[in-house]
Amino acid sequence: MSTNTATSSRAAGHARLLSDLVAGRLPDARGRFGPFGGCYVPETLMPAVHRLTEGVYRLLPDEAFQQRLNEELQDWVGRPTSLTRAAGLSARWGAEVWLKREDLTHTGAHKINNAIGQGLLARSIGAERIVAETGAGQHGVAAAAACARLGLPCVVYMGEVDVERQAPNVDRMHRLGATVVPVTSGDRTLRSAVNEAIRDWVTDPVGTHYLLGSAVGPHPYPYLVRELQSVIGREAKAQLTARAGMPDAVFACVGGGSNAIGLFHEFIGDEDVALVGVEAGGRGGALGENSATLSGGRPGVLHGAHSMLLYDDDGQIQETHSVSAGLDYPGVGPEHSLLQMIGRVDYVTASDEEALDAVAECCAAEGILPALESAHAIAGARRWAAENPGARILIGLSGRGDKDMPILRRFPVTSTGVEETAHAAS
Amino acid sequence: MPPHEVIERALEAADGPALIAFLTAGYPAADSFLDVLSQVEDAADAVEIGVPFTDPMADGVTIQRSSHAAIENGVSLRWILDRLAGRSTAPGSPPLLLMSYLNPLLTFGYDRLAARAREAGVSGFIVPDLPLEESAPFRACLEPEGLALVQLVTPATSAERLTELCGQSQGFVYAVTRTGITGGEVDLPTELTAYLRTVAEKSHVPVCAGFGVRSREQVQRIARHADGVVVGSALVEVLERGDSPGEFLTGLRP
Ligand SMILES: Cc1ncc(COP(=O)(O)O)c(C=O)c1O
Repeated sequence: MSTNTATSSRAAGHARLLSDLVAGRLPDARGRFGPFGGCYVPETLMPAVHRLTEGVYRLLPDEAFQQRLNEELQDWVGRPTSLTRAAGLSARWGAEVWLKREDLTHTGAHKINNAIGQGLLARSIGAERIVAETGAGQHGVAAAAACARLGLPCVVYMGEVDVERQAPNVDRMHRLGATVVPVTSGDRTLRSAVNEAIRDWVTDPVGTHYLLGSAVGPHPYPYLVRELQSVIGREAKAQLTARAGMPDAVFACVGGGSNAIGLFHEFIGDEDVALVGVEAGGRGGALGENSATLSGGRPGVLHGAHSMLLYDDDGQIQETHSVSAGLDYPGVGPEHSLLQMIGRVDYVTASDEEALDAVAECCAAEGILPALESAHAIAGARRWAAENPGARILIGLSGRGDKDMPILRRFPVTSTGVEETAHAAS
Repeated sequence: MPPHEVIERALEAADGPALIAFLTAGYPAADSFLDVLSQVEDAADAVEIGVPFTDPMADGVTIQRSSHAAIENGVSLRWILDRLAGRSTAPGSPPLLLMSYLNPLLTFGYDRLAARAREAGVSGFIVPDLPLEESAPFRACLEPEGLALVQLVTPATSAERLTELCGQSQGFVYAVTRTGITGGEVDLPTELTAYLRTVAEKSHVPVCAGFGVRSREQVQRIARHADGVVVGSALVEVLERGDSPGEFLTGLRP
């Protein structure tokens, strides 16, 4: 094939995948988003995965289930969340900036949309116990709260490093009745917590439901989590079009990718809307210095899915770094890998420093303390706004920053901005 | 004879229950790998060589520990194949299998893997995070060289699925004794008898049971219903303590 024919047939393939996605045909019956996704789990988990898949495809379209879920989302989670016109940021950036306020949900991050949905589902398919992993602790808190609400015992695995840097959330999980197990193996962050949660699940696949917190993992999780999170984008689109019109660009931070897919999903078919995912650029571009999976990774298999991944030439998974625990993960959801491949979403990075600056700017301009994760989306949007003056920008503010106080304390506020203290250089 | 059949014949020819020994390559030290391997070969009917991986999600603490240490020792799939290819083995020495998570295999490249593995004297693979449904590309890579892909079955596997997995397994069927991760001292469940019998009925290759096997008494009990046993974490602990793997394995035989 000549290069031209190869290029045009690839373009046709990508256009077909995009129309499949928009038409709701992905994931396919094998749990694939094009070449990505699938279900790479130990044989012991296959019966549990089959039961979950059957439950997902039976209950998500079920009217009674949806009604029950919507009641919880309104009554308990506090949906719909506000769409805030960010006058301060708009003035500073020379843009029209809107914030979708997932920080206003019960427990303070988008994670609760997924946790309550999966909790209801788990109970319906007969699970008697929940295990979850957590990085920033937001998903752990959400899972603990949902389990308390639904009367299910809950065990949360959390890397030792994260237990320390997100300490307020550990106390919240305890208060909400969850057992928190600090993980001391591997890199002692989110990825080790996922390993431990899977090991627990393998030991009791019938009685236990694994309440996975992002749009990652084996099929059906990436699909299930997207469906439970896409309420973010549905609300935001309705709110924004009622008040102003369609956005020119939509920004969300990408760790595993759940708040991003939740915000983007409703806009995938609107090809005039630019979609931008912002990954953690950490301290720099070298392997190990960031968690920018889509920007620096290649296809591989971890935690049940074939997706973009950070690993070395021997196939060993790379240690990652980000100032935000929730983005500190070497993998990403398979649907994002597809969206990148077909060019529908742009994935960029924001560094630790840019994220910290964005926290300060959002506090100063809007009176909102965003989570460090969400601050990456703000930082990415700010850069884009500088090149696209006057644009209407929608930013997913995935969570609030209260949990980050132990880290933020190392970066005291000065009159001109934020300054790193000497001991924070470690 | 294709390598997968070499495994099947070797396990069938065992004197008493077949003993499959698992060790993590390059653990506790990289430079003693081939020496430890030959001691294990002298006492086992087949050997599983563990390729270390950073995220062994189906393994308990012992194999996690050995896996991380081996990576620190510089061990990789490439390293293992190079060491194996560079040694001479006596005819009739027990068949070797590689136990690896999928990502190191994918990274090595399916196009080169099977030929390189066969050159290195490897007869088959066990891949704990590769269920049958996702295994077609890997099986296609192994087939030209006749290398085995061993399927695992568990007490939770449905009857229908058991038939399918037993039908597809090559070398042997790996009957996991309980739902759980590797290692531990958990008692073998009492329902094991019926489960192993069902697997044996459906399998056309030897059935070997593993996970948590560490004593001669357990080997005896399993041997009544299966063709052999797999001993993993217990052997890794022996290596960890610096004890003789040969003595330990010989002591397991009824
Ligand atoms: C507030 C917040 N935003 C974003 C994330 C990243 O997760 P995801 O990419 O799945 O949205 C987390 C994860 O902990 C979080 O707590």
